[in-house]
Amino acid sequence: MSKAVVELPPKGGFNFDLCRRNEMLLKKGASPPSFRKTGTTIVGLIYQEGVILGADTRATAGSIVCDKNCEKIHYMAPNIYCCGAGTAADTEAVTDMVSSQLQLHRYHTSRESRVATALTLLKSHLFNYQGYVQAALVLGGVDVTGPHLHMIYPHGSTDALPFATMGSGSLAAMAVFESKYCEGLNKEEGINLVCEAICAGIFNDLGSGSNVDICVITKGHKEYLRNYRVPNTRAHFSSKEFTFPKKTEVLLTKIVPLREKIEVTEDGDAMEE
Amino acid sequence: MNFMASKQPENSLLGPEADSQRTLYPYVTGTSVVALKYKDGILMAADMGGSYGSTLRYKSVERMKSIGKHSLLGASGEISDFQEILRYLDELILYDNMWDDGNSLGPKEVHNYLTRVMYNRRNKFNPLWNSLVLGGVKNGQKYLGTVSMIGVNFEDNHVATGFGNHLARPILRQEWHENLSYEDGVRLLEKCMRVLLYRDRSAINKLQIAKITEEGTTISRPYSLKTYWEFSAFANPAQGAVGTW
Repeated sequence: MSKAVVELPPKGGFNFDLCRRNEMLLKKGASPPSFRKTGTTIVGLIYQEGVILGADTRATAGSIVCDKNCEKIHYMAPNIYCCGAGTAADTEAVTDMVSSQLQLHRYHTSRESRVATALTLLKSHLFNYQGYVQAALVLGGVDVTGPHLHMIYPHGSTDALPFATMGSGSLAAMAVFESKYCEGLNKEEGINLVCEAICAGIFNDLGSGSNVDICVITKGHKEYLRNYRVPNTRAHFSSKEFTFPKKTEVLLTKIVPLREKIEVTEDGDAMEE
Repeated sequence: MNFMASKQPENSLLGPEADSQRTLYPYVTGTSVVALKYKDGILMAADMGGSYGSTLRYKSVERMKSIGKHSLLGASGEISDFQEILRYLDELILYDNMWDDGNSLGPKEVHNYLTRVMYNRRNKFNPLWNSLVLGGVKNGQKYLGTVSMIGVNFEDNHVATGFGNHLARPILRQEWHENLSYEDGVRLLEKCMRVLLYRDRSAINKLQIAKITEEGTTISRPYSLKTYWEFSAFANPAQGAVGTW
């Protein structure tokens, strides 16, 4: 059997080398990992003056909550934000990457970034990876052409909608949107509706929880409301303070403040370049 | 009897003829049922669609039936199994009437009977492929319960089956309260059914709402809900970005 050296084209094109191996594995019963909706509720809606994005703040690793207050609304451009559901590493990496690409593009064109640009960069990246980059995103922003809201699926398809929800809590949030959304909401109504939708996800879906983050984007202005609502504060505190077991004899008490006081003098040497 | 000689098929724990009679998957199915308690009794809503896989085969299936004097049964899942359950309940009510003792089976009793039936069938690996909602009023006491095809049963102030659990329950949890009036109850149910109509692919816009009170059961005529499709973003979705839809 001769082994030919396969010359790949310099850029692009699919590589089908592993297809035969994959088929063989499937026959033997080893199934590929399927897409898992990791716990999240993310929503977006278009209101009178722009876009409002909302997200819960729970990050799960299997059935353990690994981060009670994480940030799921990622910065893309001064006028564009993106909520991410799915594998946290994938959403972070992909939004960071496209954010830098948008910045470079802004330097190159001297213009404000457009939502369609972010959309195209994200969808082409995700499509190239055929769904293996498990990032489901709700992208929203206001640019010269107006307010835009898009849903981006892990395989690279996109939707343009007046209101969108994604994540495991998306059904609960969508129930709220479908029953209460109308066009021409003002800012207060919009924020309330987004908050209600995220709370529906938080209280009805096990994969979502903790607090509500909101981001309001209008023409030329954005408001990032971190922990806009905190409906899950700790309710029960132990009334007893910490006690040593079995009446330990206290020999010495010394209290050390955790933050040291550092004196800064102005006439130090300049930092090494 | 020679036990050593008889060969059971490897994948079956039951007798050799049992395979052909076990339920493996449903064929004609109904989608969600949503029900809630209100001031005078129970309100239940279900659409009239019977799907054959992804085809909408039957559009006039009544998935809610009154049972005896005090109960109302709604079912989602396999329609033929629902009809079988109605036959069992018919027999149950008949025998109860034959006692002629002035007493009649209430919703709690019927619910318990259904739970036993469903659980025992599940234990034999031959389930009745339904999720049932049982509501009723007896002696002023309102009762609303549900049984799934594996025998999970509970009672609550509002229940739903199938997709209704994901889309309708959140709305009901937020907006249900004690002593809803009839109009408010119907409005709330219609809100849930509208969301299901938008977001459940097997739902159709032809539904019935049933009411059961101390006086008796009324199942409404089939009617349809108003839907709204005029959002400006729907008119031209690719306006901002070519290639989306």
